[in-house]
Amino acid sequence: MTSPAGPMAYNYTVVRQFAVMTVAWGIAGMAVGVFIAAQLVWPQLNFDLGWTSFGRLRPLHTNLVIFAFGGCALFGTSLYVVQRTCQVRLISDRLAAFVFWGWQAVLVAAVITLPMGYTTSKEYAELEWPVAILLAVVWVAYAWLFFGTIARRKTRHIYVGNWFYGAFIIVTLLLHVVNHISLPAGLFKSYSAYAGATDAMIEWWYGHNAVGFFLTTGFLGMMYYFVPKQAERPIYSYRLSIVHFWALITIYIWAGPHHLHYTALPDWAQSLGMVMSIILLVPSWGGMINGMMTLSGAWHKLRTDPILRFLVVALAFYGMSTFEGPMMAIKTVNALSHYTDWTIGHVHSGALGWVAMITIGSTYHMLPRVFGRPQMHSVGAINLHFWLATVGTVLYITAMWVNGIIQGLMWRAVNDDGTLMYSFVEAVQASHAGYAVRLLGGGCFASGMLVMAWNTWRTVRASEPAAAAQAAYIGQGVKG
Amino acid sequence: MDIGTLRGIGTLIVLLAFIGLFAWAFSGKRKAGFDEAARLPFADEEQERDL
Repeated sequence: MTSPAGPMAYNYTVVRQFAVMTVAWGIAGMAVGVFIAAQLVWPQLNFDLGWTSFGRLRPLHTNLVIFAFGGCALFGTSLYVVQRTCQVRLISDRLAAFVFWGWQAVLVAAVITLPMGYTTSKEYAELEWPVAILLAVVWVAYAWLFFGTIARRKTRHIYVGNWFYGAFIIVTLLLHVVNHISLPAGLFKSYSAYAGATDAMIEWWYGHNAVGFFLTTGFLGMMYYFVPKQAERPIYSYRLSIVHFWALITIYIWAGPHHLHYTALPDWAQSLGMVMSIILLVPSWGGMINGMMTLSGAWHKLRTDPILRFLVVALAFYGMSTFEGPMMAIKTVNALSHYTDWTIGHVHSGALGWVAMITIGSTYHMLPRVFGRPQMHSVGAINLHFWLATVGTVLYITAMWVNGIIQGLMWRAVNDDGTLMYSFVEAVQASHAGYAVRLLGGGCFASGMLVMAWNTWRTVRASEPAAAAQAAYIGQGVKG
Repeated sequence: MDIGTLRGIGTLIVLLAFIGLFAWAFSGKRKAGFDEAARLPFADEEQERDL
């Protein structure tokens, strides 16, 4: 299935490729997640093999859900949104193909190297230097493609969604390059250019902004296009969206030190990270309210439209996790929550509740439009997926809250003589029930992705080449 | 210059930038342009109607 060439049509080929791979990688990444969740319930599932051990599969899970599932979603939607809001075709089909295949090559390299144990040991930046360089090259090509298309736009304004996508693209490149500067000591081994507390600070400047710019700003770009589109009304306040943008990107970049409370990092840097994290509540909620209020006067649509439900519940989880985050960044709260499962719960309320749900909703909106179909094959299946995802997320995060607080309290409990009341393994034992519930919740969420895959397959199979080509003509898109 | 003074000036600059941003975004002059920009996701549909 190809897009018509020439300036009269959008390049939907690359959008279709990324959209389909979003679903495929989503299943792969979440399946690994479910498997390692099962390992925590039944440790025998390690099989006493190196490459199936938790320590190697956990980075595989995070890389696949963030960079493969989330990444493909961001690439696909951003290239769709930028074309439609600029009313112009991507500047180069070859560059678009390079970005797609280059990114898939990075992901395949991750699937091979991470289970083999090749890692920089930096969280969310585990990929060793040859793969990291390839990633940077693909990213520069992506930036060229995106900003080049904006430069050739037929519209006067640059839509706010593109501002968010643009910030995500620029800052992700900056973070990736600075954090990955290292000295190679072989083909698959390198040493960070930084040492000690500086290395830790650079890593968490990267790590938290991977959350802030990759998993938030990029997906807010998605939100600013797909929520108005699906609700069939413009964003609640365009002014608020501009203030939201500048406030969010100005403040997020400082929040990293909250990952290093009570460490060798200087106290002033810890306090700075804490204060900036608390202030971050304001722009986060500004954006959440802006998205939610877009539905004012259209709330009845939630009764019949499961896609809109995905988008709105995503915003609700976004609001919840951006309240929880600043709270956990307060040093005294962090003293209880840090290193416990509460952190894992917080991450997944953002990752499942916000990132995955906004992606799923947006993909259900976009898929039929780029394949020239009036809607997804089964709306009932979207609804089923919605409930699997919602129930799964709630089970997951509740289990981790309970586990986190139990662990935090047990670790800090002391006897009258100052000795620890519990050994570490007692806290692990107390976590067993929570791990089982987490497995159940994660399994629910991942099975929803299988429903999505079936629905996607049926929708794509029903697509006729002529209709798909027609849909790509600028100004001839499927209405709505 | 004392590092404390420098940080104070930095804070002040950021504060002024935010106030400036608010004033810019909420000025009445920008309303028409922003309304136009907010319609961009629907640009395709408007073209269809024009055809």
